[in-house]
Amino acid sequence: MLSVSDLHVSYGAISALAGISFEIAQGAIVTLIGGNGAGKTTALRTISGLLRARRGRIAFLGEDITALPAHKIVARGLCHVPEGRMIFSNLTVDENLAMGAYLLHDRALIAQNRDYVFGVFPRLKERLKQMAGTLSGGEQQMLAIGRALMGNPRFLMLDEPSLGIAPRLIGTIFEKIVEINRDRGITILLVEQNANLALEISRYAYVLETGRVALQGESAQLRTEPLLKATYLGG
Amino acid sequence: MVYGVLRFINFVHGDVFMVGAYVGYYVGRLVPHHSLWGGLAVLAAAMIVCAALGMLIERLAYRRLRSSPTLNVLITAIGVSLLLENLSQYLCGATPRSFPELFPVATYHVGGVFVSSNQLVVIGVTLLLLFALRYIVLRTKLGTAMRALSLNPQAAALVGIDINFVISFTFALGSALAAAGGILYALNYPSIDPLMGVMPGLKAFVAAILGGIGNIPGAALGGLLLGTVETFVGGSQWSTYKDAIAFAILIIILLFRPAGLLGRFTVEKV
Ligand SMILES: Nc1ncnc2c1ncn2[C@@H]1O[C@H](COP(=O)(O)OP(=O)(O)OP(=O)(O)O)[C@@H](O)[C@H]1O
Ligand SMILES: [Mg+2]
Repeated sequence: MLSVSDLHVSYGAISALAGISFEIAQGAIVTLIGGNGAGKTTALRTISGLLRARRGRIAFLGEDITALPAHKIVARGLCHVPEGRMIFSNLTVDENLAMGAYLLHDRALIAQNRDYVFGVFPRLKERLKQMAGTLSGGEQQMLAIGRALMGNPRFLMLDEPSLGIAPRLIGTIFEKIVEINRDRGITILLVEQNANLALEISRYAYVLETGRVALQGESAQLRTEPLLKATYLGG
Repeated sequence: MVYGVLRFINFVHGDVFMVGAYVGYYVGRLVPHHSLWGGLAVLAAAMIVCAALGMLIERLAYRRLRSSPTLNVLITAIGVSLLLENLSQYLCGATPRSFPELFPVATYHVGGVFVSSNQLVVIGVTLLLLFALRYIVLRTKLGTAMRALSLNPQAAALVGIDINFVISFTFALGSALAAAGGILYALNYPSIDPLMGVMPGLKAFVAAILGGIGNIPGAALGGLLLGTVETFVGGSQWSTYKDAIAFAILIIILLFRPAGLLGRFTVEKV
């Protein structure tokens, strides 16, 4: 579904990605793990069109999207829930969700998507008129994912959904990710520092280290990989 | 308007205001005078022309500078402003022209005060535009997209908002309002010249800061307060210092309440 080949990205003179390649099959949950500064966020931002690649090619559903502006990439069904959530803090929850459906014009479809989002995150329905900036960290993450679901994505990229969230909520968020993948058939690329959880719910994993793919394989196998265990899985 | 969405002061506003008045002057020759519908048609024409002008200015002058330092944008704005002023002097001449009486002229006596029909037009059109603007910004999808964009341009792009389109629309809207301002101003000070926008442009800036920048009711309140103060000062023995007092207010507000009267202080998150 998504195919990234030989992607090079740099910030000025600093290289952040030095030629990474990966493939994501339709319907899968794939995870991208790696330590701080490995380049995970950079990879997602380049795929969604916020950053430009210096070299390499990104293809979505068989078509080259490397040079497309961000709003045209979303229009194809590839949606990015960015690191730090980036909800619209001075808009209400309701308005945030409406913005998620910015590209849709069919009212019935929008209403249907809203119902689905409320089904997944009932908490959002109770807070429709609240300013999004006043939500708790966990609720903001739900809103960020909910907003993305409003646009009917086929492919969802989640950048560290567990960041800054109460530990008891992290489990819930991960269950919801599995649920979204299973019930809606949305393919998911999950970026995580919490490697244990990410490997538990994903089918396939790529490990990024300083701008390169250091390791890849079936998540179940990687969990027993000694090298990975020592670095990312806490022994 | 533009500041609220894009975080930069559009110094060209006063000149678009002037262009609006000139468009009104020329289009005004084509319609019957002293007619409400004729006047409104002229108003609409000026708003449309200036909306296009605003989009053109954004496209040619500002778009490339979107990620440049504020100073570069400011210098460009001053350049565009000088260009418009000198171009109008070249095309229309520097001599003031008297503005036609577009709307019916009458004076009404209401409860002890005299109200001219032009004043009623100003009040009516201003209120109408204020409500229209509030409706667009707060209730429509495009208005919500404008607010979303001002809060977080990247997140706006990620939900599929075409940033260039929304910014262009913002300029069109702001410039159309400036044109309406130019016409209303010209009706009451019935002579126009290529530099007529400079002072009102600065005053509008003072009013916006007074009320809390990027805040629609705040800007209206600021304008009202500034106007009231100016009228009082103008009628007193210090009338020569009318403009000086407007800018003294600006300095005092910036010193003691930089967020404006209705503004909230928001600490910019980076
Ligand atoms: N805007 C920027 N300007 C310059 N360098 C940057 C910028 N953003 C990221 N970098 C650098 O690029 C590299 C990759 O950063 P990136 O944010 O992609 O890492 P990450 O894997 O997402 O890390 P984390 O897990 O901490 O979020 C880092 O060395 C970082 O310092
Ligand atoms: Mg990151």
